[in-house]
Amino acid sequence: MLKIKNIHARVEDKTILNGINLDVKPGEVHAIMGPNGSGKSTLASVLAGREDFEVTEGSIEFLGKDLLKMSPEDRAREGVFLAFQYPVEIPGVSTVNFMKTALNKIREYRGQDTLDAVSFLTLMKEKIKLVDIDQSLLSRSLNESFSGGEKKRNEIFQMAMLEPKLAILDETDSGLDIDALRIVANGVNKLQTKDNATIIVTHYQRLLDYIVPDYVHVLYNGKIVKSGTKELAMELEEKGYDWIKSEMEVA
Amino acid sequence: MSKDNQVLEEFTSREYEHGWTVDLDSDTAPKGLSEDIVRFISAKKEEPEWLLEWRLKAYRHWKTMKEPKWPNVKYPSINYQDIIYYSAPKQKAQPKNLSEVDPELIKTFEKLGISLTEQKRLTGVAVDAVIDSISVATTFKDKLGELGIIFCSFSEAVREHPELVKKYLGTVVPPNDNYFAALNSAVFSDGSFCYIPKGVRCPMELSTYFRINAANTGQFERTLIIAEDDSYVSYLEGCTAPMRDENQLHAAVVELYAMKSAEIKYSTVQNWYPGDKDGKGGIYNFVTKRGICAGDHSKISWTQVETGAAITWKYPSCILKGDYSNGEFYSVAVTNNFQQADTGTKMIHIGKNTRSRIVSKGISAGKSQNSYRGQVHILKRAENARNFSQCDSLLMGDQCGAHTFPYIDVENKSAHVEHEATTSKIGEDQIFYCLQRGIDEEAAVALIVNGYAKEVLKQLPMEFAVEAQKLLALTLEGSVG
Repeated sequence: MLKIKNIHARVEDKTILNGINLDVKPGEVHAIMGPNGSGKSTLASVLAGREDFEVTEGSIEFLGKDLLKMSPEDRAREGVFLAFQYPVEIPGVSTVNFMKTALNKIREYRGQDTLDAVSFLTLMKEKIKLVDIDQSLLSRSLNESFSGGEKKRNEIFQMAMLEPKLAILDETDSGLDIDALRIVANGVNKLQTKDNATIIVTHYQRLLDYIVPDYVHVLYNGKIVKSGTKELAMELEEKGYDWIKSEMEVA
Repeated sequence: MSKDNQVLEEFTSREYEHGWTVDLDSDTAPKGLSEDIVRFISAKKEEPEWLLEWRLKAYRHWKTMKEPKWPNVKYPSINYQDIIYYSAPKQKAQPKNLSEVDPELIKTFEKLGISLTEQKRLTGVAVDAVIDSISVATTFKDKLGELGIIFCSFSEAVREHPELVKKYLGTVVPPNDNYFAALNSAVFSDGSFCYIPKGVRCPMELSTYFRINAANTGQFERTLIIAEDDSYVSYLEGCTAPMRDENQLHAAVVELYAMKSAEIKYSTVQNWYPGDKDGKGGIYNFVTKRGICAGDHSKISWTQVETGAAITWKYPSCILKGDYSNGEFYSVAVTNNFQQADTGTKMIHIGKNTRSRIVSKGISAGKSQNSYRGQVHILKRAENARNFSQCDSLLMGDQCGAHTFPYIDVENKSAHVEHEATTSKIGEDQIFYCLQRGIDEEAAVALIVNGYAKEVLKQLPMEFAVEAQKLLALTLEGSVG
């Protein structure tokens, strides 16, 4: 589904990604771990198409198409979803209104009819149940004066509404207490099917207690330096990132 | 060129939707202004002697006045002798009903999306259509008449209800109030008149639609709304003009008179031609709007969505004379390219326990300048007066300006006056968030701007709120900074 080949990317003059290779198939959950500044969030941003990052080398293929040639909105319409580390506030725009606009733009792109108010509300009710979110939150201004947990839960609700093929969770666990973490993880698990894939970007292993990855990759200095299964995450938690760093220096 | 600039570029090349003209056979006054022209207009309208005298007095006073220089706007001085003060589409005779109105005129309004044919018209809205200097049609007159409501063109009111016009004309905005009000008083040609009798709740929205068609012509309309005790009316005005290279002057006066426990809600969706992307042409919108809450417990609420005009200079105001009276001002003013707006309100608290609320949302893009200017004046006998003001500015791009000039004068210690102001920019983060959800940039800007203006837009009658939302989106299409 997603084939990342030798991606190099930079912000202004600073190179952040230094040759990333990653292959993600439908049904898989990949965890990308790494110390601060290793390039995890940059990778997420490059996949979503944030303009600040310039890809200088390499290619990304998504469902047979050249992802790098697509605008950010077309990537979203093709099925790429990014759960933001810092969800943005939009005063005066409710989540309901936001989602209705988004969903209809996506449907338009795919040549489907836009949803009328009734079908939209029916769909919304279904997804509210699935991700266990307080309905009153959805009519408030998007992310405005939401708690950290509410923001992240709202991201997962949006993911449920848009049913992406590839979901990228960027540090979704940061700022969550253990209960919120469980609820968010539950939502993600319920949304996982054999046809879609998830990339979890995280610093800590704890989210992986709830969402079990098929593969774990360790990012360091803009490169994947180690790949393995969930045991790798446990090892990392135990030994800390210094273990990777010292290994790298030896090599 | 950065992407932001590209987007701004795209946006500035957008065209004004209502820029066409219609070839109407017109009855036109010679250019220029003099006592003779004032007499000419009055004669054309077959006015009574007292009104001609009223106009002449205003004209003589105007000649002694100077154009105000305090607004935060710049424009070359206006040559008042180069303007045509009266232009009327020729009609065979005064139409008695819609079937007698020139079909070409009806088509003109249909092109604007305004049907004057009553059966086609959205139920719940009566329309008075004013083109250049005269009113061409008023719908639903009979139905309103059954309730004793008078809704007609100003000229008709002068003919049919002279006692009401004579009693109230100029009582809220005196002819010598300011330069443009004096000019209007001398040469006003038509407008709408509305009278709601005691205890009547007007069952439909009343609406006036203004259209400037002829070239070199100024539009000077006058609107007078009188709400008797315990009555209610919601009134809406809309306006457009053709695209022309020269600037055209629009100097209107609106007077609202609310008696005991009466409520007047006045909404404006202003979409005059703003000029082209280089700032050439466009309407000078110099308007005086004022309402008086004369009776106790009365209420006047102004809502305006200002998207057009090269220059806007207007301060819809409330004189809160009655005890417990209530004034509101909700405004969204959008400026783009070289547009300039200096707009706001005045809340004059005279009565006891009077309240006012001001919510102003400015949006500036391109190279435009957008100023909020507002005065809250609490007079000595206004015990327990309260005011709340919220003035927000949203900037798009880095070449525009937003300014706030609040004036607060409090002469009574029991007053509570609150003023809040914010300035923000549409963030790239907000745009990217939308993009990532599949919402393209234009839709994202529309969404964010409408969210920003929501508090004001929700004050508009339902169908006009939808119109206004579209208009905001259209005005700011592609404009991101």
